[in-house]
Amino acid sequence: MNSKLKRYKIGLCHKVLTALLIGATTLYAAEASSQDGKSILRKIDENLSSRNQIAESSMTIHGRRSSRTITAKSWTEGDQKSFTEYLSPASEAGTKMLKLRGQLWIYTPAADRTIQISGHLLRQSVMGSDLSYEDMMDDRKLSDVYDVNITGRDTLDSRDVIILELTANVNDIAYYRQMMWVDSERYIPLKQEMYAKSGQLLKRAEMKNIKRVENRWYPSLVIYKDMLKEGKGTEFRTNTISFDQQIPEHIFSKASLR
Amino acid sequence: MKRFLLKGVIKDKGRSLLPIIVVATGTMLTVVMYSWLTGIMGDSIRMNANFNTGELKVMTKAYAADADQFPNDLAILDADNLLTELKAFEPGVDWVKRIRFGALADFPDANGETRGQAPAIGWAVDLFSKESKEAGRFNLQESIVKGGMPANAGEVLISDELARRFDIKPGDTFTLFGSTMDGGFAFYNLKVSGTLLFGATGLDRGAIVMDIADAQKAFGMEGACSEILGFLPDTYFNSEKALAIKTRFNSQPTLAQNEDEFAPVMITLRDQAGMAEMVDYTDFVSGLMVFIFVSAMAIVLWNGGLLGALRRYSEFGIRLAMGESKGHIYKTLLFEALLIGTIGSIFGTVIGYSIVLYINIHGVDMSGMMQNSTMVMPSVMRTAITPTTYYIGFIPGIFSVILGNALAGIGIYKRETARLFNELEV
Repeated sequence: MNSKLKRYKIGLCHKVLTALLIGATTLYAAEASSQDGKSILRKIDENLSSRNQIAESSMTIHGRRSSRTITAKSWTEGDQKSFTEYLSPASEAGTKMLKLRGQLWIYTPAADRTIQISGHLLRQSVMGSDLSYEDMMDDRKLSDVYDVNITGRDTLDSRDVIILELTANVNDIAYYRQMMWVDSERYIPLKQEMYAKSGQLLKRAEMKNIKRVENRWYPSLVIYKDMLKEGKGTEFRTNTISFDQQIPEHIFSKASLR
Repeated sequence: MKRFLLKGVIKDKGRSLLPIIVVATGTMLTVVMYSWLTGIMGDSIRMNANFNTGELKVMTKAYAADADQFPNDLAILDADNLLTELKAFEPGVDWVKRIRFGALADFPDANGETRGQAPAIGWAVDLFSKESKEAGRFNLQESIVKGGMPANAGEVLISDELARRFDIKPGDTFTLFGSTMDGGFAFYNLKVSGTLLFGATGLDRGAIVMDIADAQKAFGMEGACSEILGFLPDTYFNSEKALAIKTRFNSQPTLAQNEDEFAPVMITLRDQAGMAEMVDYTDFVSGLMVFIFVSAMAIVLWNGGLLGALRRYSEFGIRLAMGESKGHIYKTLLFEALLIGTIGSIFGTVIGYSIVLYINIHGVDMSGMMQNSTMVMPSVMRTAITPTTYYIGFIPGIFSVILGNALAGIGIYKRETARLFNELEV
């Protein structure tokens, strides 16, 4: 009777130990995946974020009736300050946009007015494009605002990619969840899908023409598609970009709008 | 004989007073309820037609699919050409161009920077042409609280609530910020010529009314418009006529097979959000009201007729005994009912009309109940006085009293002449 009880106890111990081992392994694997994911995200940030940057870009908006291209020059410092001046077409030339610590102002020479954009307006499309003011304003590092998990590996545009699932760890964010296909060698996203908390797919972005700029990889063409509206998307081209430049402080002041 | 019966009805108050009071009350209620309902629903339908839906509306197919979002990037491009075509197609209809927009009204401080902002819903209509009836459709002149009508380009009317919220007076300027037709930034400075109170909560929160030429400049829509509205010459919405015009327009060979999403398409007031239900509901409830009153009053007057017939049991017996035919007695009973019904209906209609007229002039302020309403509905409700108001009460008034007496009088045919003297205890 005693030996039976002893065998039962030993068996039970084995089962508990096995269960603990499996649980610990799973947790470790998840933690490891998260750790790896976090390091990948940091590498992406190293490519896309910088202390400051000066860029000239063109945005081609494909509407349902026609397409048009807007060119702009922008100065960005960290994730708090940025200044953009629209250069063309003539109807938009001279329009300037200033972001300072979460606030956004637009100046237009046509009306000679400086208007603050806030509240629900930040979610509106910028110039009929597939980008919102919120998209343009959020320069925070991905690793600062998202938790990440690696969900798989695949091939995209003949490149090996790691598939990441990003979940926001802050509340003030436009997209609660993102799926990201990251070039496993250059650590640059090749495709992004942005979701609302409800699971609704809101936006899709495809990164093309990945180039070596200074000591980082950078996409010179991003095609955005707002999934909630019709149209053929918006092509955002970075024509020139330079990082870690000396930008005069007066650029990021309201005086520079006029 | 008819004069004799009339004298009998007038002089024998025991026979006629109660039925006349009942008929007059029922008739009065019918007149008041009908006019109240027609007033509320008719005003709402007319207000929606004038502000939003027109009685006919032409848009591009793509615009029509998302019309509630005012997608001006999908607007009608060659609006003047289409307007000319529509005027030739149906000259009896008043066709007008409109631009609808949602934008931000930005009120500046002394330095030209944002002092306050509010979302605004805008109507751009023809304010300056001599032949334009648009100012009348919006009842602009009567709705102005401060200032006056726009007299020059760049002048607009804004809702009084918006003006009070941001301490704006006539003569002050503000900037309209939105999107141009091709998606660019639209910044346009405007001068407030006056403030408006439409009396419709949904409109009074943030309405802007401006001339269409200003809106075309502001939103880069030169030569374009959001929609072309058509107004039929009839006083009340004529659903069949509107449907016939729509069917004829949309079945034109150039349009019927046109798969271009920017081809024009015509719809009627009924095709627009909630309007079919509103029109049908008005017709249904009006019919239901008359039916309920006729039924209820017929039952009441049947009962009254029975009581009267019982009271006049001996009179009918004597008349039968004296040799008057049953049919003749029945006919006189019905004729008396016709007289009572007519007299009661006249009294009821006069009293009801007086109440209707009072409410029509003074209105009933329901704004307290409509604080959060987004519907285009007048906040001061009024009764409507239409040709129907004058006769609607006569239908239940006369019909029910005749029906009641006809049912009660059937007893006359059941009397057996042979037993009359026994019954009369002669």
